[in-house]
Amino acid sequence: MTSETAIPFLDIKGLKTHFPVEKGIFFRKTVATVKAVDGVDLELKQGEILGLVGESGCGKSTLGRTMLQLLEPTAGSVRLEGRELVGLRGSELRAARKDFQMIFQDPYASLNPRMTVYDTLAEAILAHKSVPKKQMPDKVAELMNKVGLSPRFIKKYPHEFSGGQRQRIAVARALAVEPRFLVADEAVSALDVSIQAQIINLLAKLSREMNLTLIFISHDLSVVKHIADRIAVMYLGRIVEIGPAESLFDDPQHPYTRALVSAVPVPDPDRERERQRILLPGDPPSPLNPPKGCTFHPRCPHAVEACNASFPAWSQQGDRQVACIRLGEFE
Amino acid sequence: MALLSVNDLRTYFHTRAGVVRAVDGVSFSVDKGETLGIVGESGSGKSVACYSLMGLIPKPPGRIESGTADFDGQDLLKMSEKELNQVRGRRVSMIFQDPMTSLNPYLRVEDQLIEPLLLHGLADKATARKKALEMMEQVGIQGAASRIRMYPHEFSGGMRQRVMIAMALITEPDLLIADEPTTALDVTVQAQILELIKTMQQRMHMAVIFISHDLGVVAGFCDRVNVMYAGRIVESGATQSIYYHPSHPYNEALQRSIPALQPKGHELFTIEGQPPDLTKPLAGCSFAARCAHVSDVCRQGNPALKEMKDGHSTACVRVQEGGLELK
Repeated sequence: MTSETAIPFLDIKGLKTHFPVEKGIFFRKTVATVKAVDGVDLELKQGEILGLVGESGCGKSTLGRTMLQLLEPTAGSVRLEGRELVGLRGSELRAARKDFQMIFQDPYASLNPRMTVYDTLAEAILAHKSVPKKQMPDKVAELMNKVGLSPRFIKKYPHEFSGGQRQRIAVARALAVEPRFLVADEAVSALDVSIQAQIINLLAKLSREMNLTLIFISHDLSVVKHIADRIAVMYLGRIVEIGPAESLFDDPQHPYTRALVSAVPVPDPDRERERQRILLPGDPPSPLNPPKGCTFHPRCPHAVEACNASFPAWSQQGDRQVACIRLGEFE
Repeated sequence: MALLSVNDLRTYFHTRAGVVRAVDGVSFSVDKGETLGIVGESGSGKSVACYSLMGLIPKPPGRIESGTADFDGQDLLKMSEKELNQVRGRRVSMIFQDPMTSLNPYLRVEDQLIEPLLLHGLADKATARKKALEMMEQVGIQGAASRIRMYPHEFSGGMRQRVMIAMALITEPDLLIADEPTTALDVTVQAQILELIKTMQQRMHMAVIFISHDLGVVAGFCDRVNVMYAGRIVESGATQSIYYHPSHPYNEALQRSIPALQPKGHELFTIEGQPPDLTKPLAGCSFAARCAHVSDVCRQGNPALKEMKDGHSTACVRVQEGGLELK
């Protein structure tokens, strides 16, 4: 990442989130550790949209949650405009949370079914600042307009909405505290294509208008490519490649990114038939017992003896940062 | 000669909220060895249509109101449960989205694999076991001889889907119905499974009905595609012509709202509104309320599929009349 003179908006260093696996009923002891996030460095500029991609179990959601202090990191630091978030507790953490919010995958599970849109959004607004009761309906209506929901639905319950509309409510709730940093975790994955497009447009528009910094977590590369400025590819708890969205997609460098990009189906029959897929052997290994050295080497078509040794350091490759020791040595 | 030809299938669900017309007059056919894709968004009736053919619709509340499904000279919809059992799992097999819920967690993989052979009396136990092992190897499971003695939870998602495929194909069926078989899988594993289905299909010369919401997967996998919307087929044709020359506004809009095809930085095209409520009778075209090209003719009658050219059919009245050019 190009280090600028000013402090980066979001600065993550050496972030690790490990989960202990315990056994025993009376004497619980840790028998193993799941290294869900295992050393992530990341810098974001204000207003930037970063796409975080990877397959299930690679730690992308855990990373998102750890950034927002929903999970306590094992090591590392997360600074928002120079302010350390790791270690904040109680009221301090709650106060800091006004700046960062999250949108979840399932709008059916993330909204309280017993609260009307008004209740849901008013609660969120009050968490941030005190608004006189009389002005509240206007505030709520304003939020609803912002996410493209008609304020005439203000008294309705979540079950009266479709999936896309519910996701709009979830977005509105996240925006209620006027955050500057938003993590969207698979926010469009549960939606149909035509509805998905509406939410993607909405998030892109909001990010532009409000100068909102957005981390967009998804397993769907084509969606991420569309919305993100930069993309970070994760594999087993680490970022293996990061760079500008379009160039990473068009010319992937890391062997894993190459395989991932080649596996994404393209809705174009002729291109789809001509394409050479890089078929990886096997499944992603368990983060419980990750391979030594480069975690990708057991599935990598270009692996050599040296890949066993240690996890590769970042190397700059044009506009990209890639964690692979064999770059340039294969075609 | 078509292997399966479905005519005017209607499956309704009689619920307390009213009659849901989940599948409302669907006709299509599948030839021997061909791959037919059925695409549509959730609730479009693509799965219900196929479940109806296999007698897998819960009755009540479901009811097949009309239609025929001619499979090799017999009507699947008129068969008794006993007759259906002779066809299901033997000549027509199915694989589902979630391999964990469709495998029995209490049984070893081997016992589940040999079951179709034993049930249909196609082999004795020893031969069935041999065949099961062969299938495990064919679907690419390493160390098949030991893994066959394991339980489903000991397999990963992709491996379970391989077991499902082995089980579905062990009787060498003429038709495989695959209902979103790769939706629950990661892209790299999805690529493996699609490759496997394709290889097995060529090896066994079977026809495949591939149900999916993913236009990307269907593009590379299917010979022909039916596009469903609100319980009806709105467009049908060869894959290339469906993608390159959409002739129904819904299909066109769907193609335009996929992120991959659009230049970056532009707003994605969106389809306004929601799919119609299937409990209310529809006057005219089911897409009329959301269509950008709607006119008065769209709200009358019930548009039927009409072939325009080379097996490419559309249910759009305006395209049929030649009054509308898409894309």
